[in-house]
Amino acid sequence: MASSIRVRATSNGDITEVQTLIQHPMDTGLVKDAKGALIPAHYIRELKFACNGRDVFVANWGTAISKDPYVKFSFKGAKKGDDLKISWSDNKGGSDETTAKIA
Amino acid sequence: MTTHTGPHPTRRLILQGAVSVALIGLGNLPFAPVRAAANDKYPEEAFKLKNEADAIKALYGRTAEPSDKIKLDAPEIAENGGVVPISVATTLDKVTTISFFVAENPNALAASYKFPDGTIPAVANRLKMAKTSNVTAIVEADGKLYSATKEVKVTVGGCGG
Repeated sequence: MASSIRVRATSNGDITEVQTLIQHPMDTGLVKDAKGALIPAHYIRELKFACNGRDVFVANWGTAISKDPYVKFSFKGAKKGDDLKISWSDNKGGSDETTAKIA
Repeated sequence: MTTHTGPHPTRRLILQGAVSVALIGLGNLPFAPVRAAANDKYPEEAFKLKNEADAIKALYGRTAEPSDKIKLDAPEIAENGGVVPISVATTLDKVTTISFFVAENPNALAASYKFPDGTIPAVANRLKMAKTSNVTAIVEADGKLYSATKEVKVTVGGCGG
């Protein structure tokens, strides 16, 4: 299965800009389906970015993050060709990870 | 003279006791909130709270002061409350965390981000908003809390109407 994570990490000399899009329903647990039954909460809780063996960005999310979440940040200390490891875990025990090369 | 030596040891003991209690008290107070904010675990309790002030207290253990060094970018009007692009950037030094709160959502805390050394204190994400509400960004910098707030008008709800 294709990864749920799409990443674009581009280095601009000193600073690496990271844009990430994850496929996830991010159900709040407050919405009813067509039959009127509650859709149980299903959302990503933790998202981590690591580069060269250290965390560069950590997100703790609640249900108020939009479906198919997007997040953008920048960090220093990496160069072109370095590996950026992205991993997430959700409230139902689901998880995924991928590694992207910084371009 | 000897009659005076009697009460002295007890009084000293009482004083010492009071001093050590005061020291323990002082020692605990400043550290407890720092521990809460620096905790590596997912802040489960803070995400469950409905009220914004309670959620800030649960996450950081104290209140924030408004700062003009935080730039909170959010639309004036969001046509779709399900996807509201919100970003924050700050010129404050030594930023360790940035958190987003939506006051009128069922649970006020939306997201909390950690910024290790070397990560630029700015983040863009997309939030769900149940209805028109104030959005607050809290920046923890050098152990202090700063905030910026902006109202976003929502014309369609984000919770499936």
